[in-house]
This record gives sequence, C-alpha cells and structure tokens, in this order.
Amino acid sequence: MNEISITQILFVSTALFFIGMYGLFTRRNMITMLMAIEIILNSVNINFVAFNKYLYPGKLDGVFFTIFIITIAAAEAAMAIAIIINLYRSHHSIDVEDAEEMKY
Amino acid sequence: MGIDFLILMKQEWMVIAILLILLFIKVSSDDWQNENILKLVNILLLINLITGFFGYRDGILFNEMFKTNHLIVTEKNILSLGTFIVSLQSYAWLRNNKLVLEFYLLLLSTLLGMFYMISAGNLLMFYLGLELSSIPLAALANFDLEKRKSGEAAFKFIISSAFASGLLLFGISLVYGTTGTLTLSALSDHLDGSSLQIFAFILLISGFGFKISTVPFHLWTADVYEGSPVTVTSYFSVISKGSVLFVFVTVLYTAFKSYAITWNHILFILSVLTMVIGNLFAIRQNNIKRFLAFSSISQVGFILIGMSGQSQAGTASVVYFILIYTFSNLGAFGVISLVSAYTGRENLEDYKGFYKTNPRLSWVLAISLFSLAGIPPTAGFFGKFFLLMAGAGQGNYLLITIAALNMVVSLYYYLKIIKVIFMDSNENPIKRLLTPSSPKLALIICTTGIILTGFVGYIYEYIFSMSTIF
Repeated sequence: MNEISITQILFVSTALFFIGMYGLFTRRNMITMLMAIEIILNSVNINFVAFNKYLYPGKLDGVFFTIFIITIAAAEAAMAIAIIINLYRSHHSIDVEDAEEMKY
Repeated sequence: MGIDFLILMKQEWMVIAILLILLFIKVSSDDWQNENILKLVNILLLINLITGFFGYRDGILFNEMFKTNHLIVTEKNILSLGTFIVSLQSYAWLRNNKLVLEFYLLLLSTLLGMFYMISAGNLLMFYLGLELSSIPLAALANFDLEKRKSGEAAFKFIISSAFASGLLLFGISLVYGTTGTLTLSALSDHLDGSSLQIFAFILLISGFGFKISTVPFHLWTADVYEGSPVTVTSYFSVISKGSVLFVFVTVLYTAFKSYAITWNHILFILSVLTMVIGNLFAIRQNNIKRFLAFSSISQVGFILIGMSGQSQAGTASVVYFILIYTFSNLGAFGVISLVSAYTGRENLEDYKGFYKTNPRLSWVLAISLFSLAGIPPTAGFFGKFFLLMAGAGQGNYLLITIAALNMVVSLYYYLKIIKVIFMDSNENPIKRLLTPSSPKLALIICTTGIILTGFVGYIYEYIFSMSTIF
C-alpha cells in the first residue's frame, strides 16, 4: 500500500476548515454553530500534526500546539454552552434568529 | 534563570497574587461588605500599577517563550492604568452586585492573559494569552445575567472570537508548516514569500482584524458593546483592543518584517475602510454606547495609519495614542456608566439638558469627546498628529488626505453630542447625580490625563526612546 502523502492530508484539513466555515455561516442553531467552530479547530490540529510528522519529525512544536488547542477548545465550548444555557433562559430558544434585538 | 524568573515576570506575579488574594476572600466564609471589597481591590490595583514603574529589565525566559523589555513593560503599565480606572468607575454599578468578587476574578484573568500575550515570544504563548484574555471576557459580557441583551452580546462575542481564533490558528499552522518555527524572532529569517505563506499571512491578519475590529470584520463590535454592562464595554473598547494592537505592531514589525510591502497595502485598505465606515455608521446611532462603539472603530482606522509608517515613530505613535485613547475613552465611558448605573438611560435623547443638571459631568464628557475628535488643546490632537506624521513618513499622502477628511466627518458627530448636552432643552432631564468618591477620582485622572499627556512633551519622547527595539 502506498504511503499517504502530506498533500492528501492537507487536502482533508483544508476541506474540513471550509466545511466548518460553511457550517458556521449557514446553521441557525447555536449548538451547531459551536460544533462548526470545533471542526475548524480540528482542521488546524490535523495540520499541525501532519506538518510535525512529515516535515519536522525531530521537533515537537506542532504536537504541543495541538494539545493546547484541544484544551482551550474545551474551555471555549464550556463557556459558550454556559452562555447558550443562559440565553435559553431568557429567550426560550437557541435559534440565532431569535437573538436579534441589536442590529445595524 | 533562578531569580530572573521572579524579576522579569514581576507584573504577572503581581496580578496572580491579587487573583489569589481575591480567591481566598471568596473561599473563606467571612461576609465581606461590597464597599470593603471594592476598596481593597482598588488599593491592590493601585499597588500593581505603581510597582509596574519600578525595576524593569530586558530579558528572555523559557527558551524565548516569554520576553520582556522596556517598551513591553510600559505597554503593560498602560493596561494596568486602564484597568485601575475601569475598576474605580465600576463602583456605582458593582456596589449592590452580589457577584463582585467573580467580576474581579474574571477581569484580572483577562488582564493576566493580555500580559502574557504582549510578552509572548512564541506563537503558542501568544495564542494562549489571547484565549486567556478573550474567554473570560465573554463571561463578563454576560454579567447582567437577567438582561436579554447581555446574553445576546456574550453569544455574539464568543462565536466571533472563537471564529477569529480559528482563522488565526489556521494561519499559524500554515506558517509553522512552511517555516518550521513558531518563535517570532526566528520567523522573519524563514519567510520566503511563497503563495502558501501569503495565504497564511492573510488569515493571520483577518484573525487580528476581528480582535481589533477593523472594518470587514467589525460587525460584532457594536452589538457586543451595546449589550454588555457599561463597565465591561469600556474594558472591551480600551484595554482589550489596546492589548491586541500592541501585539499586532510587534508581530508586523518583527516577525513579518520581510512582508512590509504586502502588509502596507493591506493596512492601507483596512484603515480607509475602517475610518470611512466607522464614521458613517457612527452618525446614525441613537444609543450612546453603540455610538462610542463605532467611534472606537474609526479610531482603530487612525491607529492603522500610524502602524503603516514602519518606523520607530510608527511604534511610538501607536503606543502614545493608545495611552491618550485610554484616558479619553474611559473619561467618556465614566460619565456614561454613572448615568447608566443610576438611571438606566443610555439613549442620546436622554442626554438633552444634561448640562443644566450636571454641569461638571457634562464638561468631563465634552473634554473627552473633544479629545476623541482631536481638537487642539486636548491630548487627542497630539495623538492623531503623531499618528499621521508617522504615516506620512512612508509618503502615502493619499491615505493622510483621506484621514484628514475623516477627521472632519468625525467632528460632526462628536459635536452633535456636545450640542445635545449643552444646548438642547428637555422637560425630563437626567436628574442631578451625586458622584461617589471613586468614580470622581477616575474622572479626575482621565481629565488630567487628557490635558497633560499632550502638553508634557516628555511622555512622547520617553515612549519614542523606548521604541528602538524594532
């Protein structure tokens, strides 16, 4: 079986990045938007690990960065979900179209 | 190492110590009065500010993860000063709030994150600092838990800040892939201008653009500023934005030095768009917080002009302007937060006849707005003057002309507010407000700062002499 090249991995990660972006812009459910952002962050993780393994195998910078991104993404998700729960209490909905008091 | 690591990270240790003290107070079962907590925190922040001025040293720690020098120490002092003023102003709002300790724990965590971000010598450290400074800010934006607008603002902030971090990280990952290093000082030697690097660079700039709210990425700003409590809004507009601008200058001037031509074009477009759209939208606002949001967007446009100067004067003028901007914006927000805390009114019409009932507060607001507009006796004029001078150093006269025209436009809406305050009559004006002592102190500091920073030429020379590092 052929070795998987870095180009293929980069293709996957870039595709994930733009899928995440598309999801963020089209989805109207707050939790789904949060998931879209997680997809973006995971595409970055794939990038870092792939670069580290293929291009700079002697160093560990990329892997460290990935671990930190995973940790911080968890913190970010926790905070965002807390905010969404609070928003649900006041708006009785987690649709972004209902949180539209401030515009322009 | 050894003792170095205590001295070089002095300001960080101070903030960590304050955080621990507050945490102990929180955990211990003693019932503290809000008044006493606020007094204690203000004294601790004052100590933090004063110790910042003594004993700086240049140095690098943890394999270039953390670096510090005279300019960085000064930038941190500006942020400490701003936090101190914000804390003094929050008195009227926090006096009866049960969660006052939580507020300060979150606020100081963000300050700690900004300190690490400014000192970062490595993109990993920079990212950690950025997130430590933006995640607790989302919680702060939601601090008025029962208000609908507050929750909406917090959600908008966390989603756009997470998206901005995503863009920034994708850019950083591509930079890492093409150069193999994350250290800022080593980065400039490895950049070769390949198209992948340019793509990464543009992603990085858009990430930064979100954080400092330049125009194509500014849409969250006004909503978040309007929905958050006024104290948090002032923190957003001055401290949070200022810290990212400091880092932006450092990153552009050191790590991406070899891309100067590329980012000069980008800054040109961004600053023109930011000034024009910020000004045009500011004209049609009725909510005074929203108005100040757009005014702060257009101020960023001016800062970008100074940044495009690519010189020692460029750095110096940006730092100097942010110092002045701290005073003038916090002066304006100080008055607005008092009015909002006592009456809950935030619309422009409510300020009709404000001069009749509160002449002193009206004058503070007027001086702050004059300084934001850049009218000569106030410091804002000198700040904008140095920014435009630094920008003119590159010979980009078209940009300077657009900026000068925009200053005229901005004068229109700042004067409109002053007209509302001083000339319009109102049957139901805001009643006479008794200013408590700590917001009064904050307003005195701001007014003195606005008047003196411009006239004491030593301050600019001092900042200029430190900016040689780049």
